[in-house]
Amino acid sequence: MAVLQMQRLSICAMKKNRKAILEELQSLGVMEIDTTMPLDPDLAVMDTMESRQTFEKSALLCDQALEVLQEYAPEKTSMFSSLEGKKLVDKTSYEEASEHREAVLKKARKLISRKKRLTENKAAIVKLETQIETLTPWLSLDVPLNYNGTKKVAMIIGSISGDTSLDQVYQRLAQDAPDLEAFDIQKISADGDQLCIAAACLREDAAKLEEALRMQGFARPSQSIRKVPAEEKNHLESEIRHFVKENQDLEEKIRDMADSRERLRLVSDYFRARAQKYEILGHVPQSKQTFFITGYLPKKKVPALEKLLNEKFDLVVEAEDAEGDEVPIVLQNGRFAGAAEGVLASFGLPHWGEMDPSKVMAAFYVFLFGLMLSDAAYGLIVFVACAVLLKKFPRMSEGMSKSIRLFMYCGLSTLFWGIMFGGYFGDLINVVSRTFFGHEVGIRPVWFAPLENPMKLLIYSMLFGLIHLFVGLGMKGYMAIKAKKYLDFFCDVILWYMMLIGLLIMLIPSDLFVSISQMNIVFPPIVNTLGKVLAIAGAVGILLMSGRANKNPALRIALGAYDLYNITGWLSDILSYSRLLALGLATGVIASVVNQMGSMVGNSVFGVIVFILVFIVGHVFNIAINLLGAYVHTCRLQYVEFFGKFYEGGGKAFEPFKANTKYVDIKEETKI
Amino acid sequence: MSGIVWALLGAASAVILAGMGSAYGVGVAGQAAAGVVTEDPSKFAKVLIMQLLPGTQGIYGLLVAFIALSKVGLLGGGAADLTLETGLLIFVACLPIALVGLVSAIHQGRTSVASIGIVAKKPEQFGKAMLFPAMVETYAILALLISILAVSSIQV
Repeated sequence: MAVLQMQRLSICAMKKNRKAILEELQSLGVMEIDTTMPLDPDLAVMDTMESRQTFEKSALLCDQALEVLQEYAPEKTSMFSSLEGKKLVDKTSYEEASEHREAVLKKARKLISRKKRLTENKAAIVKLETQIETLTPWLSLDVPLNYNGTKKVAMIIGSISGDTSLDQVYQRLAQDAPDLEAFDIQKISADGDQLCIAAACLREDAAKLEEALRMQGFARPSQSIRKVPAEEKNHLESEIRHFVKENQDLEEKIRDMADSRERLRLVSDYFRARAQKYEILGHVPQSKQTFFITGYLPKKKVPALEKLLNEKFDLVVEAEDAEGDEVPIVLQNGRFAGAAEGVLASFGLPHWGEMDPSKVMAAFYVFLFGLMLSDAAYGLIVFVACAVLLKKFPRMSEGMSKSIRLFMYCGLSTLFWGIMFGGYFGDLINVVSRTFFGHEVGIRPVWFAPLENPMKLLIYSMLFGLIHLFVGLGMKGYMAIKAKKYLDFFCDVILWYMMLIGLLIMLIPSDLFVSISQMNIVFPPIVNTLGKVLAIAGAVGILLMSGRANKNPALRIALGAYDLYNITGWLSDILSYSRLLALGLATGVIASVVNQMGSMVGNSVFGVIVFILVFIVGHVFNIAINLLGAYVHTCRLQYVEFFGKFYEGGGKAFEPFKANTKYVDIKEETKI
Repeated sequence: MSGIVWALLGAASAVILAGMGSAYGVGVAGQAAAGVVTEDPSKFAKVLIMQLLPGTQGIYGLLVAFIALSKVGLLGGGAADLTLETGLLIFVACLPIALVGLVSAIHQGRTSVASIGIVAKKPEQFGKAMLFPAMVETYAILALLISILAVSSIQV
């Protein structure tokens, strides 16, 4: 439960060392560099835009080369590859790869140019194939397509569009040009869309014949080919074969380069890190001889950093406790509370000066989640699955490992509540024993079965809700005390506690509560009176004190009355916890529906098979949908009801200056 | 009409109306989700969760129908001989989840569409985006609660 104390660190050093110092800071990755500082007019910043872009381009080049490799020599990845996280690489092999960066870049360029050549070849193949296609109708022609004829005889080759036959062509020619006689037309091919013909006639009649044919829709072939179509086709096909062969060679060559994948990744990350360094460098103010870096880091890391930097360079370091809204927030929690940091961060980190509610929230999160899912078998499955994932993928990203750890704890809590409520895959044991073994057995719930007594669980749900909310109000009080705002603590926290507890004491013996809970609790009269006194004192106190910031007495009372109206908010907040019951019942009832459907075929071999199938599909579905439900609604109870009582959030996350790599993590020798 | 018809009508309307609402909600959210995935397939898991959120009403309807059916003995064979009054009671007890399920699932679907928009533009705000559809769901849960309590407290 801690927000780390941050310090603002200013470093002043010689300009000649600036790259070395920045590199050192980047590899340590503990300090966030403040780039928002206004620039002193006597100082200047360096324009690093150009070199930065060069580095980014190089990184991109490697990325593209990797994509090419992935396309032609895909790496086998498992279903869980997204959980594996980045590979850890030791510094020497990283440095070795970065020394050979020019060679690696050359390889990347080669890969990309091969890929380009491949694409071009593919386009060429497509083009050749269309050429062959247009050639197909002419294949039976044994002269070149642009054959003009002999000295005396003209040859007219072309096609007539439309579904027509040679006979029709002759008939129309007889009508259109009755004086033409010495000619001969041969059909080359016909496919319903066009009729391909070769006509021969005396050279002096050629123009006339062609004119007459044109009237029927005749056209010369669009491409003029100087070869006999069949030969041309062979030629084109051999060209295609050539391209295919070349492509195969190219692909083979690309595959052969698959072993440089590792290098490409390292170099890509090298350039990425360098680009990031230059980005920061572009924000570092410098004078003629010196430069200045300011930034934030956790206080406990300051002495180590100071020592390390002083050993290596001549510089001056100045540290002061950081204050204000622009200070980045670092949370530090143990294994259990740390698991809930992701849930907290997706609402918003605590703003500066606010406390970190992770620990309290984690406890309630796990508790409420288990209550909503509440099936022992499901809980066990979730727990085991998460534990196995955590064990198997130790290098998964931090955020992912936190959420999986949280779900692992939630699985345990689900197991606990399942045993309390007697849910093991719903009523699986009862159904199986009844259907397949003739007599019904079952495990009795340790506490009670919610479906038999929903009102009881409803009352308990609201009780858990009340505790949750009271803890939230308590946190508000804790923060007020820590900030030494004792009046706020009394007016905003104690008075509310008084009024709410008083109202509760008045409510519990009332007929309304008795009829809902079937619990007749009678307090001694002194407690009843105490309840009334507390409620009235609290209400009056809130009425008078809530608007204390206002001088105007009428406005002050009005604000107090408005604050008193918040009691309805408390009511709706507590009613909201009835979802604990509803979602808990939903898990159990859907599980029973699945079991019942499975058992409908009855006790036979076929029945057992059907049961197993329905069991697997149904329960997988039920786990999935209820996990989602429990996750969403636990978050809601935390964010809306619980945080609504005390937490604002809106803090800025700590983003240390480090090598933000894409493929590998580099193992650093020095760590602080 | 005898009571069993009313009881069955109640169970049926819980499944039909709530299911219709969820089908619409999941449908519109699915269209938006598909649009996001065409642009960025890596957001699949996030938008899938968003799409599923309006699907719960249909399940709540099923749940109430199941409790109602097993109450009147239609599941185990040998339906109970219900009076008209008991049948009507069960019918009315099914109405909250039937009607609220229908309307809330439609609105939750639309809210999911908007939240999918958040995920598309600012994926890191997933936690907050998820909260908006969950707010709508509250009312379905309240209706479910009353339906369950009412159905299970009717004496057959």
